[in-house]
Amino acid sequence: MKRKLEISELIFKIISYTLLTVFALCCLYPFLYAVSASISGRHAVEYQELILFPKNVQFEAFREMFSRNEFWNAYSNTLFLTIYGTVWSLFVAILGGYALSKKRLLFRKFFNFFLVFTMWFSAGIVPQYLNYIATKRVFNGMGIMDDKWLVVIAMGMAAMNIILLRNAFENVPSEIEEAAIVDGATELQVLQKVFIPMSKSTIATVALFFAISRWNGYFWARQMISNTNEQPLQVYIRNILETYTDLEQLGGWSYNYAPDSIIFALIVCSIIPILIIYPFIQKYFAKGTNAGGVKE
Amino acid sequence: MKHSAGDYLILDEKSGTWRENPEQVVRDDVEKHYWLHVGRTILKDWRLYLMLVPTILVFLFWRYMPMYELLGSFKVDDVVKPVADQYFKGFSNFKGLLLGTGTYASLSTDFWRAMRNTFLLSFYGLLFGFPMPIILALFFNEIKSDLLRSTYQVFTYLPKFMSTVVMTSLVVMLIKQGSDTTGAPPGIVSQLLANLGLISQQTAKAGLLNNPNYFRAIYQISGIWETAGYDSIVFFAAIIAISPTSYEAAQIDGANKWAQMRYVVLPSILSTIVIMLITRIGSMLSIGYEKVLLLSEGRINTYQTAEVISTFAWRIKANQSGLASAAEMMNNVVGMLLVIGANTIARKASNVSLY
Repeated sequence: MKRKLEISELIFKIISYTLLTVFALCCLYPFLYAVSASISGRHAVEYQELILFPKNVQFEAFREMFSRNEFWNAYSNTLFLTIYGTVWSLFVAILGGYALSKKRLLFRKFFNFFLVFTMWFSAGIVPQYLNYIATKRVFNGMGIMDDKWLVVIAMGMAAMNIILLRNAFENVPSEIEEAAIVDGATELQVLQKVFIPMSKSTIATVALFFAISRWNGYFWARQMISNTNEQPLQVYIRNILETYTDLEQLGGWSYNYAPDSIIFALIVCSIIPILIIYPFIQKYFAKGTNAGGVKE
Repeated sequence: MKHSAGDYLILDEKSGTWRENPEQVVRDDVEKHYWLHVGRTILKDWRLYLMLVPTILVFLFWRYMPMYELLGSFKVDDVVKPVADQYFKGFSNFKGLLLGTGTYASLSTDFWRAMRNTFLLSFYGLLFGFPMPIILALFFNEIKSDLLRSTYQVFTYLPKFMSTVVMTSLVVMLIKQGSDTTGAPPGIVSQLLANLGLISQQTAKAGLLNNPNYFRAIYQISGIWETAGYDSIVFFAAIIAISPTSYEAAQIDGANKWAQMRYVVLPSILSTIVIMLITRIGSMLSIGYEKVLLLSEGRINTYQTAEVISTFAWRIKANQSGLASAAEMMNNVVGMLLVIGANTIARKASNVSLY
């Protein structure tokens, strides 16, 4: 009896290890390939000669990219959108989540529904697009010609993140809050000195959710920002991809790297910042996902 | 609310006389001047309510105002005028899309095609994409070494953090078409698939993304690559919460691995599975338009499998804004009914609900 039991467990263990290894390698492979292809020679990339390791290593593709103003422009635009966007979204979400966490708030149920409803029903991209066009007109009328600000203010808010913060604030023991109020703290001080420090990890999670979605944002940035100098990195990558893929077939490409290498180099550059912070944020994400607004 | 005389008068025990009940007077006053009291409460606590203002404005302007734009679906197409100034024309946009009357015939065909694609992409996502994270979580649970397991987790979560643009660019490059003029072979993954005999060399050379037969497979496989690892977090958390004594008890009873799965693990993670299933069904119709657009934009012959409702609406928005709104409206209403329906069923069946 004991022996048979161990066999079925052993088989499952072997299957687990094998399939997980395969899957993990599959997850990783495209990124490794991108790195290799970005530093491989022209012939090797065009004729698909590399499988994993780079061949005829060159760094011209990176050098070419770093010498372009458009690249640095796009990179700084992305930084702009990420930093200001995260700060703005976090500001709105912390204040909103705090107010909603208070039981004494009048019409609390209504406001909660007001948020949750947007998770059930969204207007769709065409009405949203028409709405952003209208907003843009209003912004331009107010003298704000910079579309980047429109993207910062209008995009990236998610009801889920506010709900995460609300739940975290609700879990702060009310005794501490009362003690602060007895000591004469105002509402804002209570938030600053009690609630924010006590829900640091949720705030970090939500901030990272915002930051990642801003860094990766593409569609609306492309639709809303008309000035090409102000477009973020993701839009730049897509534009390059759309114009470069057939370039080698047209002839007239005289460099010792393939056009594809430029695209791979861009991809590598755009994911490096995420890769750097990724090990630190990974555990927060796991926590935040599990803390989702699930009620039982 | 009706009141008896006793609500208004109370007996003063000291003097033995009846007097007015002050609490009831306040209650009456609140009832009579409800909004005045609301105003007073808000004024007294104005800091708290001020904090709510940015949230309300953001959601009002950029979540609820677009819903107002949906009114365009009942109106004459006119992109120049704002929605409020357009003329109402009733349900003809909806009728046109659904029934294909008159000039709408070809658009109606496209609409139904998009509807079908939307359902099929979601359905296959549910069929293939949904079980994957659960299976992964079961596998993760088998690895007892923390270091090894977290290494696997780091690798498998990674694609989730990449942007849709990076992800689709990688897909495009890895299965790109070959070239006849330069003799360049197709992308590395296409080659692999062709060598394994899963696709023919010609198909690989013509580019998998240009072939409508492969769009759904590409969409699902890249979807699993992107999210399966990350989505397993929730299930893994549920699995490690199971007490080791449950396994021991099952082992003593002679349960093999399969029986342990069936009678220990599955019941413990069932509620998590139900919750995730509700979320999944609820968002069935909100197929990620970004990914579909990035994978199919400009490849017109793949539209027969690739075009979903939102990208259909996006394509016709310039000339047919009313029809585009109508298409999205139907998509969203059905989507909302799905969320509410799935939630209700789950609540009745297992006492687990999401909202």
